[in-house]
Amino acid sequence: EEVVIPPSSPGGGGARPRWARGPVRSAAPEKMISESSSFVKGMMLGGLFCVFVTFIGHNKMGHGTKAHHHEHHHIQAPNKEDVSNLSEGERMELSHSIRVYCIILVKPKDLGNWAAVKETWSKHCDKAEFYSSESVKVFDSIVLNTNEMWVMMRKAYKLAYERYQDEYNWFFLAHPTTFAVIENLKYFLLKKDASQPFYIGHTVKSGELEYVDGDGGIVLSIESLKRLSKIFEDPDRCPEQGGLIWKLSEDKQLAVCLKYTGVLAENAEDSEGKDVFNTKSVGSLIKEAMANHPQQVVEGSCSDMAITFNGLAPNHMHVMMYGVYRLRAYGHNFKDALVFLPPAGSDND
Amino acid sequence: MASSKSLLNLLTFTFGSTIGFFACYMLFSIVLEKQVVIQPDILHNDPHGEHSEETGSDQLEGQMNFNADAGQHQDENKNIAEGLYQKVKILCWVMTGPQNLEKKAKHVKATWAQHCNKILFMSSEENKDFPTVGLETKEGRDQLYWKTIKAFQYVHDHYFDDADWFMKADDDTYVILDNLRWLLSKYNPEQPIYFGRRFKPYVKQGYMSGGAGYVLSKEALRRFVNAFKTNKCSHSSSIEDLALGKCMENINVEAGDSRDTSGKETFHPFVPEHHLIRGYLPRTFWYWNYNYYPAIEGPGCCSDLAVSFHYVDSITMYQLEYLIYHLRPYGYLYRYNPDSLKNLEKQIKSKAVDNDAKAKAESS
Repeated sequence: EEVVIPPSSPGGGGARPRWARGPVRSAAPEKMISESSSFVKGMMLGGLFCVFVTFIGHNKMGHGTKAHHHEHHHIQAPNKEDVSNLSEGERMELSHSIRVYCIILVKPKDLGNWAAVKETWSKHCDKAEFYSSESVKVFDSIVLNTNEMWVMMRKAYKLAYERYQDEYNWFFLAHPTTFAVIENLKYFLLKKDASQPFYIGHTVKSGELEYVDGDGGIVLSIESLKRLSKIFEDPDRCPEQGGLIWKLSEDKQLAVCLKYTGVLAENAEDSEGKDVFNTKSVGSLIKEAMANHPQQVVEGSCSDMAITFNGLAPNHMHVMMYGVYRLRAYGHNFKDALVFLPPAGSDND
Repeated sequence: MASSKSLLNLLTFTFGSTIGFFACYMLFSIVLEKQVVIQPDILHNDPHGEHSEETGSDQLEGQMNFNADAGQHQDENKNIAEGLYQKVKILCWVMTGPQNLEKKAKHVKATWAQHCNKILFMSSEENKDFPTVGLETKEGRDQLYWKTIKAFQYVHDHYFDDADWFMKADDDTYVILDNLRWLLSKYNPEQPIYFGRRFKPYVKQGYMSGGAGYVLSKEALRRFVNAFKTNKCSHSSSIEDLALGKCMENINVEAGDSRDTSGKETFHPFVPEHHLIRGYLPRTFWYWNYNYYPAIEGPGCCSDLAVSFHYVDSITMYQLEYLIYHLRPYGYLYRYNPDSLKNLEKQIKSKAVDNDAKAKAESS
């Protein structure tokens, strides 16, 4: 650029105004510095804003409870002693007294799995209903008119409580990729009082929050569902839209809401400490076991009383149905405390 | 010009703040989402258990049987299975090779082979560590029949008196010995008979699929081995199961009906999925024309008391072991109950038929 040096005026020693000085050759590095400084300033402000928002959101998320020493809640299957002293009549009565209502949350994209669940394990629930994000031609369902998982979950639980609070005492929620053995669920719940607040499944700890992983299935007693329905009315503690910027997953949201009502998550285990709710499929668990403890692949991995597996494709559900309810070794018999009949009108169990 | 400069500054500022915000967001989401997944120690009770009842950790001590987890089977009554184990002695031999010991045979050894009265792994060469029997043959599909003949010869020469029935399987076959014993308990090992998944082509009485496994009675083994000494059967063939089936017909060993009392097949040439899922095997597949009895897909394909599956990979070996011997639906009353009174009558009747057949065989 041309440097224009205005003729120095004889009378003036005062500094010329900037605009009159004209473009200066050395403007380039100065410009860069000013730009980069504004960039840096911007970054700092953005970061600060983000930190600010995080802490507000974090505090809102129910951190009022005092920090405990690390705690993990476990709950176990019944013992042999619990069940061995029952008479024949008591066994029948007990079997009928545990009534499980199954909620399966589905979306149109899950159609293959939806069909498989309908044709397989859900037949063993006392009642199973499919709650869908939107209406689907092929299947009947309870339409929730929302695509958001947390909202779907809320609506489903609310409806289930309104309609069925007097008919069922346990409520099992699952995704269509989950396979469940309802008989084992009932056995697990055998000595548990549904009028107590139970919230059971495969638990995970995230910071201070312990929640049931939805992938493994979620079990609520009628008391928990009752408390949940009440806290749904509280938009501060249990909002429909959780978290300011970070959306919590729906299973964490559920845990937060339940925590406010005094209901804590418990990890379900068999009498040997093995998880009975699994967030992976049998195949995945075996693959891991083959790598981690190849000398004891089966014995070291899954429970004999497993209740759920997850991550199953529709074909796998049919194989599980055969493998669980039919295929067995002759000459191995069990004296069980409960009696469950095969469902009517079914040919694959 | 100044306004453009300040506009540029503003833009840079905004850009910077966006970058800063997102960088911070990323950082926080990593930090906050860090999950501490606590799994209780798999084989022991967790001392932190809030609701745990005292179950006593001595459940796992003092086990002598080959199942490492007697603790979960405290309520299991295995008397009938154990009775059959003594009554129906089965020697299993598994067709394998040096390349497959680690990949396949190892998993057979860790799972179903343990339920045989006697187990032998047959390979082209001896391996003292596994251990495998060396048949001194070559490897390869065209060697299968020759290996089979030598294997049965070996079994006949060394273990003839140690078993009643002689089961051949591949290293990708899964066999449920308890169910095989139940099937064979209705027959006499002195009868010339063999069982498997019956195919109809080429052999009038049918022949048994090699992969699904087949089991020879004592008498059948005796006749098979003798057939090569007397040249009743030829050594040379590249199709193992067909050649064996032809030989069996030549020496008057009956091709048995292995279906259960409800007519469902027990030996399976594929994994459960291929049989259970309608449409999995295309209608043009050879299988539909080969089956001796009408082939069924869907739940009717397979007996509750299935004996074998084939093309089973290593993961599926353990999966089957788990589903058959471990996972069960508590309290469930199975639909198929072969020991019900009606079926007991059927079994008595079939025993009478067997005795007739035995008499016939003795006179032949």
